[in-house]
Amino acid sequence: MNVVVTGLGTTSPLGGDVASTWEAALAGRSGVRTLENDWAEKYGVPVTFAGQLVVQPSEVLSRPETKRMDPSAQMAIVAAREAWADAGFGEDGVDPDRLGSIVSSGIGGVWTMLNAWDTVRDRGAARVLPLTVPMLMPNSPTAYVSLEFKARAGSHSPVSACASGAEAIGMGFEMIQSGRADVVICGGTEAAIHPLPISSFAAMQALSKRNDDPQGASRPYDVSRDGFVMGEGSGVLILESEEHAKARGARVYANVLGVGMTADAHHIAAPEPNGAGQTKAMQLSLERAGLTTADVAHVNAHATSTPVGDMIEARGIRTLLGSHADQVLLSATKSMTGHLLGGAGALESVFTVKALETRQAPPTINVTEPDPELQVDLVRDTPRALPAGQIAAINNSFGFGGHNVALVFGA
Amino acid sequence: MALSKDEVLAGLAEIVSEETDIDTAEVTLEKSFTDDLDIDSLSMMTIVTLAEEKFDVRIPDEKVKDLVTVGDAVDFIAAA
Repeated sequence: MNVVVTGLGTTSPLGGDVASTWEAALAGRSGVRTLENDWAEKYGVPVTFAGQLVVQPSEVLSRPETKRMDPSAQMAIVAAREAWADAGFGEDGVDPDRLGSIVSSGIGGVWTMLNAWDTVRDRGAARVLPLTVPMLMPNSPTAYVSLEFKARAGSHSPVSACASGAEAIGMGFEMIQSGRADVVICGGTEAAIHPLPISSFAAMQALSKRNDDPQGASRPYDVSRDGFVMGEGSGVLILESEEHAKARGARVYANVLGVGMTADAHHIAAPEPNGAGQTKAMQLSLERAGLTTADVAHVNAHATSTPVGDMIEARGIRTLLGSHADQVLLSATKSMTGHLLGGAGALESVFTVKALETRQAPPTINVTEPDPELQVDLVRDTPRALPAGQIAAINNSFGFGGHNVALVFGA
Repeated sequence: MALSKDEVLAGLAEIVSEETDIDTAEVTLEKSFTDDLDIDSLSMMTIVTLAEEKFDVRIPDEKVKDLVTVGDAVDFIAAA
């Protein structure tokens, strides 16, 4: 059964919706800026910047919605509403028994959990609000999406760190292929720009410490890259069986052609140094799609701007694609958005679909001196045109725990 | 520090409005929390928790079921 993308939504460090986010991405703008708080002085948090939302959910949601949902769920709802409207479902919507939701978060309701602990410690257990558990549980975003759109075919939230959003889309594809649903609202969300996650990632030496140059900090493949930049936001896609989309005359952005998922089983946080699991995920995604490497014209890389991770992926892409890699335009959009963790694979799927639709591969910014080992055609600074005709694009996402997900879209 | 019933009503209306988006003017003494204001049990417990803090009173869990109308809650808090 063919699966198509009929709706897109996001709220991101580049914009409050898909149009503004995509426009900023093509313009090569950075969504990273200095945090306006006193965490550095107060707690000694060593990183003072992040990719932060342009439009706060409180600007578009009602007051009760912002009180009842953790920021991670608020962002998911904002993105889901845009995607739903974009898909053009009429008054009748979709048969609830044939509608699913799969919206993931890598970290979960960290703000809610830690604020509630502050309340217990400082003001006593009696002051803890009754909605604390439904707000902090990591399935809260998908549950709220299910509630809002009456998705009764199933609501899931696969958690796989920074691969979570991509895994949600892969599972959405499989949910439709298996016949469980005709339409799935799927994606990822993350709202973890909080001193605890920042301190924890910094303790792993995973984050860039370019406090004096926030916009230049996320620089995938550059020789001076020094770690990833935290980002926040959500991306949501409406996946639909081709038959269902055709029957209602829906506009189709792209086809979801395949997904490949593997696990490194190597280390809890470090990627397997040869990238075997990552490369295998890409290979499986193409096999499942019935494609060969020659069909691939674009890759949206996971590329988080870490010294080790970027090159493992790049070498894997070269290994898989061989000399065809010279004809594949590679984009690392985290250079502009920062790393949305559980939201990353979803936002980057939005980018991948937009790239296919508009035939433009978005730029990678901040690469002043590419890593000398890089053997791929990296799109730098300004967008580049993708070929006409039927082409395929891969979106990679990898997560702590050894999770590897490759999604293939075609148009 | 005893508050007048009007002061309690005004404060409670603010809490209810924050939680539900119902206009404070709609939160009047005769309104039932469930039937008129469409407040579910978890939202009611949230309102109770916030009211306890705002008015510095203790509303026992077993008492909450007796607070059917806004007036019931105002009377209880004002008398506490």
